[in-house]
Amino acid sequence: MISAPVTPDESALSPMLDLESIYKIYGSGNTQVRALEDVNLRIYPGEFISIIGPSGSGKSTLMNMLGCLDVPTAGAYRFWGTEIGKLDSDQLALIRRNYIGFIFQSFNLLGRTQAIENVELPLIYKGVGRAQRRARALRALDAVGLAARATHTPAELSGGQQQRVAIARALVTEPSLLLADEPTGNLDTATTIEILELLRRLNREENRTIVMVTHEPEVAAFTDRVLEFRDGKLERDGTPEDVLS
Amino acid sequence: MKYRDTIGMAVRAIARNKVRSFLTALGIIIGVASIIAIVQIGEATTRNVTDQISSIGSNLIMVQVGRARRGRGSAPPFTVKDYEALKKEVSQIHVAPSANTRATLVYGNLNHDAQVTGTTNDYLQIRNREVVAGRDFSDEELAAGAPVCILGQTVIDTIFGRDDPLGKVLRINQIACQVIGILDPKGNSMGSDEDDIVLMPLRAVQRRLLGTRDITMIYVSVLAGSDTKQAKNEIEKLLRQRRSPAADGYDDFTVQDMQEIVDTLAGVTNALTALLGIIAAVSLLVGGIGIMNIMLVSVTERTREIGLRLAIGARAADVLTQFLIEAIVVSCMGGFLGIMLGLLGSWAATHAMGMPFVFSPNVALIGFSFSAAIGVIFGYLPARKAAKLNPIEALRHE
Repeated sequence: MISAPVTPDESALSPMLDLESIYKIYGSGNTQVRALEDVNLRIYPGEFISIIGPSGSGKSTLMNMLGCLDVPTAGAYRFWGTEIGKLDSDQLALIRRNYIGFIFQSFNLLGRTQAIENVELPLIYKGVGRAQRRARALRALDAVGLAARATHTPAELSGGQQQRVAIARALVTEPSLLLADEPTGNLDTATTIEILELLRRLNREENRTIVMVTHEPEVAAFTDRVLEFRDGKLERDGTPEDVLS
Repeated sequence: MKYRDTIGMAVRAIARNKVRSFLTALGIIIGVASIIAIVQIGEATTRNVTDQISSIGSNLIMVQVGRARRGRGSAPPFTVKDYEALKKEVSQIHVAPSANTRATLVYGNLNHDAQVTGTTNDYLQIRNREVVAGRDFSDEELAAGAPVCILGQTVIDTIFGRDDPLGKVLRINQIACQVIGILDPKGNSMGSDEDDIVLMPLRAVQRRLLGTRDITMIYVSVLAGSDTKQAKNEIEKLLRQRRSPAADGYDDFTVQDMQEIVDTLAGVTNALTALLGIIAAVSLLVGGIGIMNIMLVSVTERTREIGLRLAIGARAADVLTQFLIEAIVVSCMGGFLGIMLGLLGSWAATHAMGMPFVFSPNVALIGFSFSAAIGVIFGYLPARKAAKLNPIEALRHE
């Protein structure tokens, strides 16, 4: 059963992510690079968003900032109301640990390590006990349809299966926000659709908030809201029909 | 996160790369093994020397005549009165006189040259010897200087062959002498055959073989629990009264206690062990640098893994701990294997040299803590490098 897409009602809901006039500037003087320039953005719980734009448009920088891997040079980024720019690296790690799940283009699974152990990894840092870790990792693998492959190592899995293990790893901590950086960049068309449908199902059925970076319009078309970046600026923000046409 | 999980993570990381982990630990294995082996062999040698000397009697004091005051040769021998004075006036000791000469023993058509010692039954006690067959001297035999003897095993083997020597009569420098006892075999000690010996009553040797009332040397053993040094001082004081020293202050006798000899020998072995131990410690240091090397390479190679760990919520301190524990676990496993190898090697070596193998847990403990310390010291730099990585750059690392 597919429920209706969640449409954010700006007046009723408080935003999960609130970016106010964000700048990210590398270097200084003549070699200064403005990776992000005056970005204003609000993301609400339950949204399924894609970020598109050419290389160097600032979409990866924004992704790192949303994921609390990086802090803005200027402007305010609030995560559930917490000002991220004022946190030190340990506090940022705690935000990532508790509220954010990452999905990467190259999966980043530990080699020669069983799928279930890969999925357990974030729970180890959260200090979850061994038995509960196992149970939660199995549930997450089941959610991506890979419970039967729990003891396989990445080398024994196909690309699509590896990415699904990585998605299970991102889901296992029940994060508020799933960040996917070109999740289908290394996959063929059939597998790409498989992964995108999995992400859409997680969004629709489990109400997960997902932000995905991609450079393929067909991939962006799977989402509900598209943000287009160009030269560090947020150029367009709207439904796939509006932005991609 | 919990320490048990960190250790588990480190162990799994090591297990993922077994060959490399083994090669990393190899330097530590060899370093610890050589330290353990050297110290163990050194200790076995010391123990061996000490055992030999204590079989002579570590509380033994030997009183001998020194060099003559004028001209060449020895100072005049001790007299029976000197011996009796020692026995009477110094407390807490056993005293045995000894009048020595070499003599030819003849039995049947076989003959043998041996050391003949004229003494009393105290000699047996002082030198830790036992009469294993027959008996020791009776009071009458000692008083009369009867021609009876107690033989060492080498003498028996040489001139009696398979005959039972007890009760037989042999000739010592033409004197007919009855065998009344057999000494326990002791074997070689510090290069001389302890069994090539004939004991006779003091008076028998003095009257029948030497024709004097001289005493060549006096053996003293200090009773257990008494101070050897103090006894030695008392003996020296008494002998100085009886044999006044020369104008230049030199005594014409020597009083040597076995403990001095033990100390000298132990000092030499300890110095040698320490020297070799230092060389082995250098190899342990090199092993530690090997660990640092491979860990640094491993950090570079695992940059993406570190980036991932940071992205999913590991703090810098968590990454530092993980890599530090990996280094410690590798070096501790190396230390454990090294201890095993070192013990095996030293066991084989002491076995081959016919020395006693003594396991000293202290050495194993020191070897193990050394390797753990090496892990901390040489693992810290790579671990810090890992912890300082920027997660974004680490994730982008190819």
